[in-house]
Amino acid sequence: MNDSESIRKGFATYTEGVEKSLGKFPERKGKFVTGSNAPVDRLYTPLDLEGRDYLTDQGFPGTYPFTRGVQNTMYRGRFWTMRQYAGFATAEESNKRYKYLLEQGQTGLSVAFDLPTQIGYDSDHALSQGEVGKVGVAIDSLADMEILFDGIPLDKVSTSMTINAPASVLLAMYIAVGEKQGVTPDKLNGTIQNDILKEYVARGTYIFPPAPSMRLITDIFEYCSKEVPNWNTISISGYHIREAGSTAVQEVAFTLADGVAYVEAAVKAGLDVDEFAPRLSFFFNSHNDLFEEVAKFRAARRVWAKIMKDRFGAKNPKSWMLRFHTQTAGSTLTAQQPDNNVVRVTLQALAAVLGGTQSLHTNSKDEALALPTEASVRVALRTQQIIAYESGAAETADPLAGSYYVESLTNRIEDGAWDYIRKIDSLGGAVKAIENGYVQQEIQDAAYTYQMDVESGERIVVGLNKFQIKEAAPEGLLKVDPAVGKMQEKKLADLRGRRDNAAVRTALEGLATAAQGSENLMPRILEAVRQYATLGEICDVLRGVFGEYQQKVVL
Amino acid sequence: MLVAKPGLDGHDRGAKVIARALRDAGMEVVYTGLRQTPEQIVQAAVQEDADVIALSILSGAHNHLFPRVMELLAQKGVNDVLVIGGGVIPEDDIPFLKKAGIAEIFGPGTPTKATIDFIRANLKR
Amino acid sequence: MSDVPETVRRIRSGDPRTLARTISRIDDGDPSVAQVLRALHTHTGRAHVIGVTGPPGSGKSTLVDKFVGEFRRRGLSVGVLAVDPSSPFTGGAILGDRIRMQSHALDEGVYIRSLATRGHLGGLSGAVMEAVRVLDAAGFDRILIETVGVGQSEVDIVRLADTVVLVSVPGLGDDIQVLKAGIMEIGDVFVVNKSDRDGADRVVREIRSMLETALVNGVTPRALSGAGVADRGGHHIASAARESANAHGYGDAHGLPPVLKTTAETGEGVMPVVDAVEAHRAALEESGLLRERRLRNAAYELRDALGKRLLARLDSPDALARLDALARDVVERRRDVYDAVDALHEALSLEEKHPRR
Repeated sequence: MNDSESIRKGFATYTEGVEKSLGKFPERKGKFVTGSNAPVDRLYTPLDLEGRDYLTDQGFPGTYPFTRGVQNTMYRGRFWTMRQYAGFATAEESNKRYKYLLEQGQTGLSVAFDLPTQIGYDSDHALSQGEVGKVGVAIDSLADMEILFDGIPLDKVSTSMTINAPASVLLAMYIAVGEKQGVTPDKLNGTIQNDILKEYVARGTYIFPPAPSMRLITDIFEYCSKEVPNWNTISISGYHIREAGSTAVQEVAFTLADGVAYVEAAVKAGLDVDEFAPRLSFFFNSHNDLFEEVAKFRAARRVWAKIMKDRFGAKNPKSWMLRFHTQTAGSTLTAQQPDNNVVRVTLQALAAVLGGTQSLHTNSKDEALALPTEASVRVALRTQQIIAYESGAAETADPLAGSYYVESLTNRIEDGAWDYIRKIDSLGGAVKAIENGYVQQEIQDAAYTYQMDVESGERIVVGLNKFQIKEAAPEGLLKVDPAVGKMQEKKLADLRGRRDNAAVRTALEGLATAAQGSENLMPRILEAVRQYATLGEICDVLRGVFGEYQQKVVL
Repeated sequence: MLVAKPGLDGHDRGAKVIARALRDAGMEVVYTGLRQTPEQIVQAAVQEDADVIALSILSGAHNHLFPRVMELLAQKGVNDVLVIGGGVIPEDDIPFLKKAGIAEIFGPGTPTKATIDFIRANLKR
Repeated sequence: MSDVPETVRRIRSGDPRTLARTISRIDDGDPSVAQVLRALHTHTGRAHVIGVTGPPGSGKSTLVDKFVGEFRRRGLSVGVLAVDPSSPFTGGAILGDRIRMQSHALDEGVYIRSLATRGHLGGLSGAVMEAVRVLDAAGFDRILIETVGVGQSEVDIVRLADTVVLVSVPGLGDDIQVLKAGIMEIGDVFVVNKSDRDGADRVVREIRSMLETALVNGVTPRALSGAGVADRGGHHIASAARESANAHGYGDAHGLPPVLKTTAETGEGVMPVVDAVEAHRAALEESGLLRERRLRNAAYELRDALGKRLLARLDSPDALARLDALARDVVERRRDVYDAVDALHEALSLEEKHPRR
């Protein structure tokens, strides 16, 4: 056997030999770094893992600290959920796309809402002009939601909804659609994003200030733990933090720090940690640096397990597990030579699978240019299917474990994440660190460094700053019919004429009173939704009580 | 310089990077933040006496919002401000936007230097 | 823009484009703007000029936004000048205060302008003084100036504003120490913002006790003195001022300025601050202190302007050559500094008497 002394000797000899030959055969660069600008050594050996213990650091799949995955057989049991984020224009059009995707073998729905919906404005609001149906589907009331899921039995699909500030309202609409289909809330499966903290930092679809927003979130936790037990009540998201330009370490650290804030808020609201923690889920990005990304997912699981066990004293192993959805990195897609994006997405998707993701969205090649067409969405889905059925990556659990490089990276990302989490704790927690702009500043600095590295040519992006070609304008991009806005406006006008406006008023007044007090708002919101109060009306009531968040800009 | 984000999308990575790059190029940059209506942008440009308005948008509402900015500028008799745009804007839309008076559109992957050089070469005053 | 009477007419009618352009010309050091400013002078002196200062992160911009809202509610028009620092390396600047004032973006009774310091020390931009005059002539009832708020650079605002609102926040630690030294000399109204945070009451107590200590030591608060800064040993107007201050509900019976809590984000506590600012202004006016203050400030300004003009003389090629030669003399120990200054002064005076064309 090799003892560490002989390895050390061998490594010294190796290094000496390399340094001798460097004069003649220099390395390509003076400094090698990961996709997140972290230094990379020439070679990793057992020496890099000295003092580490297999059982404490890695363990086995399905056991603490879950470095090797949250299920004991991983994808030998069942593949990850292939879930393509989709939705545009009207509920009718999106409903057609969902049915198409389900026919193509997709196993879960992921609803994209348009920006007015995400910010709690009806389609006929002045700020909605030009935005209706653009980046997702426009939902103004339960009537639209009924159309969106028409012919899709809610007890047969799991539905992920990318909705944050007005998450309670959309969840209430989903529950109400279920009621109309005869599906009770306990049969509903799915996820709402419901992660307001990263909206303040990176994504921008906030409405209310932090304190009432945290209340809405903990109200959902509490309500669902009783009424909708299979619902994932939050998807704590690093995806957008990374898209905003953070490093891999920052993505893990800021996401988990947000997670800590949510758990603290819920505990403070009197909930038992093991009641709601098993329903927490996460959402990460996957970039091109395959090894660093795999290490990131592994490190994130380990850090979260320690946080839940040690910091919050959770007893249920399900509370320790970090389950996550992954989306490939939109920000790495180039508008130049868009076909190359298929290759990028493949690498990123492979990283997610090797990193043990529970569900995956693969971006389409044309997303740097416009919303994806049906054809490019299909290629993106096929990419996942090829990885699943042909690559062999899914045949064993955590295949990259034991790689000196990957384990070293995992350790380094974990250490970096703890440093940030400690720093954020010292600032008074994630909410405070966001309010004073610390998190935004860190991300912004990383984003700027990246941009400057690309511009100086230090970092190569194929087709963008090297290997460029002259190309014709791409054709066949998806266009959303600008008449969508008008159609939604008309639907709203009809609805307001048709519904029981007195009942709507009563429900909204009840909501306003409840919002001023401290009772759980979910039942009130559900009641307003059933009466066909619009999303904008409900959010306006809450705006009136809670006020609106003012963006903290750090440059 | 006025850097503004019309529309409702919250993706301000590009706007912030360009604002910072412009500052590092020695310019004074007023950044107006997210969710700006064309009315607010034009009012800010007038009050700040901006030489350049840089609009960044990723929501897809550019065909509605960019021309509206130009229209409002014209209403106020402002014709000496350079207006440029950036974000996810399909090639097909560019001729229409240029016809509306947007001087140039910078798509994803444009080096900040290209934007800065363009501004320097095309200032209207 | 060369048409001076037309420019003046437009400024006086409050045309935002002309205001904006004129302030740019001031900021850019365009000498031709002097004609406009001269013509405007007789139309100024009416507005109440309010400085808002305090450390970075104390929420000044959000407070200013809320002040604007409150003044508008009272039917008063408002001009805002928000100053941000320029980068000492590139000269560029990011002016981000406006973000927090966007709720008034479309209100015709509000004009908001961002300015960069452009190397000017003292927490303001060199153009602020003149920009205030332009807004004053344009008829704005209240002019709010938000300073950079870094370190101890609050001198400028004290010499410019009729009323200074000094903002602090809990949790900044040592910054309060920095204020300690000169707290009486700066503020007329003291605000502890973000008062929903822990420690707000402690900051209020600290400020009060600092003010009390200063008062016991015989320092008349600036708030009740005619001076640009507080006078040591009292001032003859102080007691009269105290009476009228009390009559207007500003400060307490001992002449201590108000210390108020706000939460700018929600607007809580903003109204009493605006009340205090208004009461301060009324007391200044009634007691004659406003005039005293403005006399003193005008004297400062004249002194500054003269200094600038004298320094500008050094910019001529002849003067620069002379300066270089004298600098060489000093470095090579042929002359001492005093001697060299005498020689330079003489040279400049000679040039003034016999200017070379």
